[in-house]
Amino acid sequence: MSVAGELFLEFALLSLVAFGGATALLPEMHRVVVENHHWLDDTTFTHLYAIAQAAPGPNVLVVTLIGWEIAGLAGALAATLAMCLPMSVLIYLLIDRWDSFSGKRWQKAVSLGVAPLAVGLIFSGATLIAQAAQFGWAAWAVAAATVVANLRSKLHPLWYIAVGAALGLSGVL
Amino acid sequence: MPNRPSSGSKTDLKTVSTATDPHPRSCPDLRALFLGFSAVGLSGFGGVLPFARRMLVEQKRWMSADEFNTQLGLCQFLPGPNVINLSVVVGKRYQGVAGAIVAPLGLLAAPLLIVLLLALAYDRWGSLPLAQGMLRGIAAAGCGLLFAMAWRMGTALKDKPFFLPFTVLTVAAIAWLRWPMPIVMIAGLLLSGGVAYWRLGRK
Repeated sequence: MSVAGELFLEFALLSLVAFGGATALLPEMHRVVVENHHWLDDTTFTHLYAIAQAAPGPNVLVVTLIGWEIAGLAGALAATLAMCLPMSVLIYLLIDRWDSFSGKRWQKAVSLGVAPLAVGLIFSGATLIAQAAQFGWAAWAVAAATVVANLRSKLHPLWYIAVGAALGLSGVL
Repeated sequence: MPNRPSSGSKTDLKTVSTATDPHPRSCPDLRALFLGFSAVGLSGFGGVLPFARRMLVEQKRWMSADEFNTQLGLCQFLPGPNVINLSVVVGKRYQGVAGAIVAPLGLLAAPLLIVLLLALAYDRWGSLPLAQGMLRGIAAAGCGLLFAMAWRMGTALKDKPFFLPFTVLTVAAIAWLRWPMPIVMIAGLLLSGGVAYWRLGRK
């Protein structure tokens, strides 16, 4: 099978467990793409994550970048489609019946139950980026300062990205 | 002639129209869906959902706030990118299958082009030390934003003594043991959802 085809199957499977969106998938995408298939190395993976952070649009586009680096335009389209298509079809079929199961005990249980898992996935994604990018003390300091500032102020996230980029350009990281 | 400020009469009109029609909305065609969602896709950095709400509820009034919350319920209940799911729902509602295809395309097309241009630039200049330094800096800040997001979501959890342990287990399985996520999610959802089901029954 072509690499784009393999990408499609791998990412379509992941889209079915993407509770918390594409961001929650970061650790698993790294496992599949870097550790299992060796399609990308650690450095490229973190670079692609950084580019997606700095670009406008839905978070899912990090998948497009990964697909592009692995298999060009076909890979970019295959990965993006795989991430969006399965759930889009399902939601198209289910939305008219949402009223009939929204608010049921099992539906509430799934929503409540999935929330702590999503938190764990996002946290794991953050540790994975730090590991893969081999953060030194300066990079950890930037990350820590961003956490504190982001939790305490309403500044637009793009400001942290810009400060990070400027510090990176100056070579202190 | 009575001196009536125009702003005052505008407010009057507004109150009248919302009073007669509790859900003021127009019926967008395919072009409007595509353009509306394109604007949403381009306006957000790191999450465009708030922009989708503003466009749908406040600017275009394709939905009321209540309708938005109800429909978003399923989009957040199911896995996958919430805002893509939402665009499918809105597209279907106004233009059926064609709308359900065109709306997410609108959301993705322009940002996708931008990201691909950035990818071309990366392929060309990514190996330069300056570019590498910049990307390292962005990754550091982005990592901080992820930790902050996890913190915020974690503090928003209900019933922490019961559910926070599942966060810890997820981190152990995913970040430390590096187990495959589909298995971790299915097992986690059964356990954590089971606890939630039991807690809901006690109330």
